[in-house]
Amino acid sequence: MSATALQQGNSIKARISRDALVIRLGIVALVGFLFVAVALPLWSLLSKSFQNGKGEFIGLANYVQYFSTPTLFHSIFNSLWVAVITTVIVIPLAFLYAYALTRTKMPGKGLFYAVALLPLFAPSLLSAISLIYLFGNQGILKSWLFGGSIYGPIGIVIAQIFYCFPQALIILVAALALADARLYEVADALGTTKPRIFRTVTLPGAKFGLINACFVVFTLVVTDFGIAKVIGGQFNVLATDAYKQVVGQQNFSMGAVVGMILLIPAAIAFTIDRLVQRRQVALLSARAVPLEPKTNPLRDAALIGYVMLIGGLITIVLGTAVWASFITYWPYNLTLSLKNYNFAELDPGAWSPYFNSLKLAILTGIIGTAIVFTGAYLVEKTKLAPAGRAIAHLLAMLPMAVPGLVIGLGYVFFVNAPWNPLNIFYGTLTVLVVNCLAHFYTVAHITALTALKQIDPEFESVSASLKVPIWRTYTRVTVPICLPAVIDIAIYLFVNALTTVSSVIFLYGAQTKVASIAIVHMDEAGFTAGAAAMATMIVLTALSAKLLHVLLDKLVLTRLQAWRRR
Amino acid sequence: MTCPRRERGQKKIMSTTVKVTGKSNGASGAPFLRIRNLTKRFGAFTALNDVSLDVMKGEFVCFLGPSGCGKTTLLRAIAGLDPQDEGTIEIAGRDVSRLPPAARDFGIVFQSYALFPNLSVAANVGYGLVNRRKGRSEINARVRELLTLVGLADQETKYPVQLSGGQQQRVALARALATAPGLLLLDEPLSALDARVRLRLRDEIKSLQRRLGVTTIMVTHDQEEALSMADRIVVMNAGLIDQVGTPSDIYRKPESAFVADFVGSMTFFDAEVAGPSQVRLGGIDLSCSDAGGFIKGSAVRIGLRPEEVKVRNIDAATANAIDTRVATLDFLGPFCRAQLHPSGAPGVTILADFSANLMRDLKVEQGQQLTVALPPEALRIFARGAPR
Ligand SMILES: Nc1ncnc2c1ncn2[C@@H]1O[C@H](COP(=O)(O)OP(=O)(O)OP(=O)(O)O)[C@@H](O)[C@H]1O
Ligand SMILES: [Mg+2]
Repeated sequence: MSATALQQGNSIKARISRDALVIRLGIVALVGFLFVAVALPLWSLLSKSFQNGKGEFIGLANYVQYFSTPTLFHSIFNSLWVAVITTVIVIPLAFLYAYALTRTKMPGKGLFYAVALLPLFAPSLLSAISLIYLFGNQGILKSWLFGGSIYGPIGIVIAQIFYCFPQALIILVAALALADARLYEVADALGTTKPRIFRTVTLPGAKFGLINACFVVFTLVVTDFGIAKVIGGQFNVLATDAYKQVVGQQNFSMGAVVGMILLIPAAIAFTIDRLVQRRQVALLSARAVPLEPKTNPLRDAALIGYVMLIGGLITIVLGTAVWASFITYWPYNLTLSLKNYNFAELDPGAWSPYFNSLKLAILTGIIGTAIVFTGAYLVEKTKLAPAGRAIAHLLAMLPMAVPGLVIGLGYVFFVNAPWNPLNIFYGTLTVLVVNCLAHFYTVAHITALTALKQIDPEFESVSASLKVPIWRTYTRVTVPICLPAVIDIAIYLFVNALTTVSSVIFLYGAQTKVASIAIVHMDEAGFTAGAAAMATMIVLTALSAKLLHVLLDKLVLTRLQAWRRR
Repeated sequence: MTCPRRERGQKKIMSTTVKVTGKSNGASGAPFLRIRNLTKRFGAFTALNDVSLDVMKGEFVCFLGPSGCGKTTLLRAIAGLDPQDEGTIEIAGRDVSRLPPAARDFGIVFQSYALFPNLSVAANVGYGLVNRRKGRSEINARVRELLTLVGLADQETKYPVQLSGGQQQRVALARALATAPGLLLLDEPLSALDARVRLRLRDEIKSLQRRLGVTTIMVTHDQEEALSMADRIVVMNAGLIDQVGTPSDIYRKPESAFVADFVGSMTFFDAEVAGPSQVRLGGIDLSCSDAGGFIKGSAVRIGLRPEEVKVRNIDAATANAIDTRVATLDFLGPFCRAQLHPSGAPGVTILADFSANLMRDLKVEQGQQLTVALPPEALRIFARGAPR
């Protein structure tokens, strides 16, 4: 009897250590991946900025040179200035829009929200291309500028406003949607005036969202490459400087210095934002009563007008590029044609950049989702190797503070390094996929964590008590429960990999040029219409993916998730 | 009946094994679960402090104690979910101290039930069976058997959200029992249910446990639940075991003021030992059945359950008859709780429960004088020191 008991014990023990082994291996693999994909490239960038062209350590010499070259360091002020102006304009605009969507009884909220989010499905430079069609040298509304030029800070700021608007809007809608009706009832009962209620209840409630939105917009503008490249003209900013140094002059060390400088405002913004958010106590207690907006005809009418104006402008600006892409010869022959879609005449790669982009987006979406979600699961739901999980989480959060251009530069130096056995991957789709994933890792990771935190923490315990291997519970219970979040992550990665310019601009190879880069090249070569056509293709693809997502959600997911219905 | 002799300082000794066999089975010999010197720390905080305990095969044991006393911690250590820092655990003679949960042979039901929401009731119950190289039909038969056992035979295709709280609880129970574990662990399994369902499930769980004879440990902070369900109760306080005993032992012979206070209600008042079976409360001398080994002159605490205060049939021969004034009367449904102020001992308040019946017969009213008796055998004597 004791012998069989012992035997049984041993066999059980063996099976269990396999469970623990799998978890440990998973954590090691995750940390290893993030180390290679995130930490090492950043380290390469850092060390490159202290080396000369031959790779010898020269201390701060590159930095000294940078700051003694006025044309270079002047870009810092240009970048900051443009970013501040954009932030100051975008935040109030987006706040009012978000207020209309959350605190009024206006009709068509869903439609207006969707319209405002449209720019998310296009590369940043799409709005710049549109502005060129409207106000550029051949622009149909050029006279509106009274002799001013759209090429420069004005163009950058306007294009950035359109690009950043949805990003700020998402944050502010989330902030304003959470409100405790009781606070408003108390304020009302005390006879508080409307403006005072707004100042003492509404604004403080949205404070953290506002701060967060400011930092997000500021960072986006400082680090965006596409808009400044297309419409910046002679106006130099940090992002275009990095490109010129690396691609134009092959001066990698100086490129690294610019990259490091680019990292500073983003890192500062990220750090301050984190510190501020940490002080955010749960404003909304569990017993809060959700705020039900009241009808106020005058206010609602005014806000509908406002929302229609902004939504209309967004549609016009995005639509112009799309429309222009079908125009035979702007602005002289406005008949519609598909001539500009004949990429073979405009770009050596013909249509292949588009299909490369598609491949990149699909691979990033699928592989990325698998890595991110499994990684988040290991971090959140397992108990072994606490140090490893903490490191993995830290590395997963790091990309949030790193602009795409900077991570792209880091990859150039890292993958190109002669000592690196991975340099056989240079210019391959593999590098592009890993780079995109690294760039967009944090948001996906947070989405996965949020979903995982909502499911019962005892599933793993139950499964252990029933002697069921952990991966079985992962695939049979955890993933199915989190399917909506999993698909969200996949779509997020897909759309962003499709539209990104900055993170891949240094990394593509002859065979792997992607659509967003083809846009930059066609624009550089003066084929603006071709650039618009390629951008339109990206927008159409991204929107189709989103539409498919919505349909899938409505038709398939609801059926698969029958267990959610009472 | 004897008054226990132990003092708070000796608690460590108490917390080591107190072997009282469950009354429902005459099991003897080696315990099924043997816990020795278990210590668990969270940083600087000691959640379990050198805990030892034996549980016999087939027993139903309740861990009872106030919130934060370490009940869940002890249960999770037994399961191997949060392993202890020191000490050993043996299940069925096998040292499992270092083994992961899956090697320990137990079923567990959590307060949240942790039912897999995307699996049907049948799939939930069969979850642990699928892995054991059993045939489909064998698994289905077992699942049906278990669902019948918990009275949910007709619900197998439903999903957890479509069940009531009590039904979910029973599914969780069936799932935990499916693999026929040697040990069943329940962490506050009834606390998420409303009072009526709780009462019904109490009986159901208890009778199920009796029928299956599975050794069961249930965590609860509800003393009524523990008293009505357990073969033995383990009363815990601040990471230590205060007392282990049958429900009637715990209620009638609490070994510490803490246990006395936590299980049932009790009035405490300070007194002094005046003789071998005599204590002095203010100006009143009271006889008790045993001064608990305290020497004359020691400062002690006297505990008295409100329902033990006697009002009827008091005559000259009745021991410990004292004159009191009814200071307050609180109506609590089937009975009234009175605060009595003894005339001979100013500043002392004695709580007494008067049945509705008695209230009507004697017409007790607030402010009136009332002679009551404190039966000597009902006076419990503890060392001085506030119950923790
Ligand atoms: N993971 C942890 N980290 C730090 N302290 C913990 C942790 N888990 C439990 N504790 C502490 O250990 C003590 C015992 O906790 P435990 O959960 O065992 O209490 P309990 O007796 O089950 O209480 P309750 O009736 O409230 O469930 C508590 O003071 C708790 O704060
Ligand atoms: Mg507990």
